[in-house]
Amino acid sequence: MIWNPNKECMSRDEMRELQGRRLHKIVDYVYHNVPFYRNKLQEMDIEPDDIKTIDDIVRLPFTTKQDLRDNYPYGLQAAPQSEIVRVHASSGTTGNPTIVGYTRKDIGVWSECMARCLTAYGVSRDDTFSVAYGYGLFTGGLGAHYGVENLGATVVPASTGNTEKHLRLIRDLGITGIACTPSYALHLAETMTKMGISKEDLHLRVGAFGAEPWTEDMRREIENRLGLQGYNLYGLSEIMGPCVSHECECKNGSHICEDHFFPEIIDPETLEPLPLGSTGELVFTTLTKEGMPLLRYRTRDLCSLIPGECECGRTAVRMGRILGRSDDMLIIRGINVFPSQVESVILSTEEFEPHYQLVIDRIDNLDRLTVRVELRNEFMTDLLPDLAALEHKLSEKLKSVLSIRAKVQLLPQGTLERSQGKSKRVIDNRKL
Amino acid sequence: MIHQLSVFIENKSGALLQILSLLKEAGIQLVATNIVDTMDYGICRIIATNPRLACTILQEAGMSANLNEVFAIELDNHPGSAADAIAAFAQEGVGIVYLYSFLLGGKGILIFRTDNAERASDIIKESRLKAISEEDLSRL
Repeated sequence: MIWNPNKECMSRDEMRELQGRRLHKIVDYVYHNVPFYRNKLQEMDIEPDDIKTIDDIVRLPFTTKQDLRDNYPYGLQAAPQSEIVRVHASSGTTGNPTIVGYTRKDIGVWSECMARCLTAYGVSRDDTFSVAYGYGLFTGGLGAHYGVENLGATVVPASTGNTEKHLRLIRDLGITGIACTPSYALHLAETMTKMGISKEDLHLRVGAFGAEPWTEDMRREIENRLGLQGYNLYGLSEIMGPCVSHECECKNGSHICEDHFFPEIIDPETLEPLPLGSTGELVFTTLTKEGMPLLRYRTRDLCSLIPGECECGRTAVRMGRILGRSDDMLIIRGINVFPSQVESVILSTEEFEPHYQLVIDRIDNLDRLTVRVELRNEFMTDLLPDLAALEHKLSEKLKSVLSIRAKVQLLPQGTLERSQGKSKRVIDNRKL
Repeated sequence: MIHQLSVFIENKSGALLQILSLLKEAGIQLVATNIVDTMDYGICRIIATNPRLACTILQEAGMSANLNEVFAIELDNHPGSAADAIAAFAQEGVGIVYLYSFLLGGKGILIFRTDNAERASDIIKESRLKAISEEDLSRL
């Protein structure tokens, strides 16, 4: 099934014409409502009326995460606060989160695109669908939730945690679909084994998995262990949230909701657009966003775009799997983590040396972050509880900054190698 | 009170030997040691001849080491002497945080830390417990 064939199966010419019109409108809108963009465009000697077709997009300036940070909290917001009906926040690298405001229309577009994703996965109003992304500042929970409601299926807002209770609900309510991170899906499978629940006891049929990179091997394992079909769901809060692109029954790339989010692939070094099919950094322009529209936002995700009509009938450009990042961001349990965030916490703590190491493991299919830090000599004590309290204090600080729990491992002063490149700071033992 | 050396020790083979080898090279003799451990690390507590030098040597070798003061009392070598000594603190509501013991020159030695050092000092005097100094230790 296709939720919105008019848009999802539009001919390429019609789509490019629509994108061109919307691009002109959005450039005009930010020019008149966001001083940051007006200044940039004026510096580049661009008037909104210079942008006539979608091909003119290459003339526009890029937007980076740093721009969002520099303009914290509302500097890039285009709509007046009275029009903003919701904000989400994602983690920032040095303490400032990224704030994204949505107008009522933005929430509508989000729900529309999310309903397209769910329909492509085969979800309909007859399904009972569990949203097991975190609800809150993170866009995953509420984003998927509104999509399921818009589609008309029954939504079960399970959120994360309390896996056993969640599994009982999946069994007892006959839940047929679930949205969560792929690692959480595997964790569900582990918990099923522990509870003595088999996949035949459940009615799961469809899984929408995203917010972290995953592999074909993981897909096979999840599908096999939960007895469902697993599909990729891609999104990022700066652009909207989950819904930006989605797989269909063909599972050969994720269809981008191109009438709302225009994708480009650029060379992250030269910033030059790359020909269709090349691997590079994914860049999005929001074509219809009112709250915080962004021009050519650099996602830092590395992938390629796949042209051509899909066997499912959709004509939108697809994106391949995310192959990596062009910065040092880590995705741990679906949450974005920058090593610099950990660094800033450690630097603000007098008991530890400014040297650290992040170790990421996947144990029982859940990501575990260990932060290894060196205890300064003068804080060495004969009391074990005092050391445990230091660990706890750092762990709590990290939790408040990173939004995920990290295990702190104390080391004697001088243990970690000094003056090494950034890569030494991160040991990722996950096989992704 | 006497000085005790506390050394952070990683939970990996060779960590203890590294500490002991450094002390050996410096000609420092151990009087007593005690290790408390967690899953990931431990604290090696050491009573040694010349604790200040021992601490400097370990710190210079890049280890997390520090000195602190602990009580040391000498007991008569007969059954129940430790119980009598500890009873004096318990009666006054002073808690023992940790304790280790050893025999030296035919005498029992208790090394311990309390949750109230000031009060513990008074109790030792009032109960006529025999506190020993670092000099006493090196004589025994």
